[in-house]
Amino acid sequence: MMQGLVKPKRRPFPLFVTIGGYWQRFKFKRKGRSLAMDIVLAAFLALFGILSIWPLIFIANNAFKPLNEILLFPPRLFVINPTLANFQDLALVMTNSWIPLSRYIFNTFFITIAGVTGVVLVGSMAAFPLAKYTFPGSRLLNHIVVYALMFNATVTAIPNFIIMTRIGFVDSHLAVILPALGGTLGVFIMRSFMSQLPDSLVEAAKIDGAGELKIYWMVAMPLAKAAWITLIILAIQQFWGATGATFLYTESLKPVSFALTQIVQVGVARQGVFAAAQLIMLLPPVLVFVISQSNVLEAMATSGIKG
Amino acid sequence: MKSVAAPRRRTGFAAVWNEHKGKYILIIPFVLIFFVFTFIPVVMSIFISFTDFNMLETPRFVGAMNYINLFTNDAVFLVALQNTLFLALVTGPASYLLCFIFAWLINGLPNKIRAVLTLVFYAPSISGSAFLIWGLIFHSDSNGFANAWLMRIGLTQGPIWFFDTRQYIMPIIILVQLWLSLGVSFLAFIAGLKNVDTALYESGSIDGITNRWQELWFITLPSMKPQLLFGAVMQITIAFSISDISMELAGFPSFEYAAHTILVHLHDFGSIRMEMGYASAIATILFFMMVLTNLLVQKLLRRVGE
Repeated sequence: MMQGLVKPKRRPFPLFVTIGGYWQRFKFKRKGRSLAMDIVLAAFLALFGILSIWPLIFIANNAFKPLNEILLFPPRLFVINPTLANFQDLALVMTNSWIPLSRYIFNTFFITIAGVTGVVLVGSMAAFPLAKYTFPGSRLLNHIVVYALMFNATVTAIPNFIIMTRIGFVDSHLAVILPALGGTLGVFIMRSFMSQLPDSLVEAAKIDGAGELKIYWMVAMPLAKAAWITLIILAIQQFWGATGATFLYTESLKPVSFALTQIVQVGVARQGVFAAAQLIMLLPPVLVFVISQSNVLEAMATSGIKG
Repeated sequence: MKSVAAPRRRTGFAAVWNEHKGKYILIIPFVLIFFVFTFIPVVMSIFISFTDFNMLETPRFVGAMNYINLFTNDAVFLVALQNTLFLALVTGPASYLLCFIFAWLINGLPNKIRAVLTLVFYAPSISGSAFLIWGLIFHSDSNGFANAWLMRIGLTQGPIWFFDTRQYIMPIIILVQLWLSLGVSFLAFIAGLKNVDTALYESGSIDGITNRWQELWFITLPSMKPQLLFGAVMQITIAFSISDISMELAGFPSFEYAAHTILVHLHDFGSIRMEMGYASAIATILFFMMVLTNLLVQKLLRRVGE
């Protein structure tokens, strides 16, 4: 809010003025800090920022390195003569494999799209009544949603496997998707956001004769856009990288991530192909986050456990 | 959000259902899935932990034998327990602090720079199996990035076998874990800081708050308490669940079990040896360790700013 007020005015030298404007805002915010402290802080952030992003830059560069650069001693971070050879090698390995690459890709997309849709729908549907109404059982469910955040899926993996075997879902995509829909992080984030929506809107819709289902879909969901976009992003990360190793046995059901980990073992000579595969896998989640960062932050602001 | 209690009529199941039908219909899918794939498994896990079960024969009740064996006959489990507690004690608080410190530092920056830095710190946690690159960075021959540079600047003569030397394994696991751990909590902290009411700072300075540290403790932290509690739950769960990093980087089993965690042990008995009773006992212990730590930390954090 504060930043909106002191936005720099447009003047003849845009770049210069923008920097000046940033400096003004910065000075305004840094009361009580000395210049020396600012430099220390900037250095600190730069150091850890580089440490944080460096391994990913390493992957990105390795993906475009020809073999002789990969085996260079001492290893270089940046690529000198970028080549697409690693991606071609990867495509070759994948097309020569028993199952066509397109099948793995289809599986990944299917699991991701079905899973994300499921997480958002199931999570937001449960979140709306919990956020806006009191009814028999709502107190208990509200507690469960918070406490279940403390569970980790790996702890329940064994009984889950037994249950899946009993229901007959083992070796199907449902086995990968369904347990994730029971996670409470989604309900938690949606509920926190929806409870901030004004009660008057819900009341007004009710007076107009809308039932809970209709209010959920026509009123709450459009207003909670930031929350479900956040949920979409968190869910994409969850499903996109899922290998489904415990539940999927049939080769033609496995996702790309599984095939990649199997085909590309980490070895010095295979570094380039490995990096190419990693780059392909990590780009989509990162891009989706870049596009929707502001929505995510808006939604995360409301998510918290009431003290 | 407590509404006035509805007048207590004697209501049967049907009456309650009729009154709240829409709400229950919305909630049922989640409750059903949660019940089948989270609640029942937790209860089942506790039951199975008192049996001898190999997935083929019917479970045989053995009392507390699995637990007794874990603590008296299984030296590897005790190593795993020790490693897990050590990792959780180091990476839990450290990652929590890192999330907060970075969120706090970048909060004062201009919007665009803040957006870039948010991505820079958050990216590792969403890059899936990209952490495998650390295996190449600390590769045991001279082609590994770390070794090549250590040799080049003359710190070591030959390459260091990072994952076959006890003293290096844990620090590397901790480093990678911290690198990965600026996730959802980090975002929650940034969002929480952004939303602290700036009017509070002004009234604070009238009330005699003079420096940034007082401001942080008396105004900023209490205003974002919900995010702090949420972040704690997330980071504790993550800190107790280290297993992929250990198995993929240090190998399975790791050198002298130096990176053997409870979850790795669970994987060993649950997915390889198929001793489900024993594995469930391990899972149950881990489950209660996580929940207890969470409750304790929640209690502590509620006192922030008092």
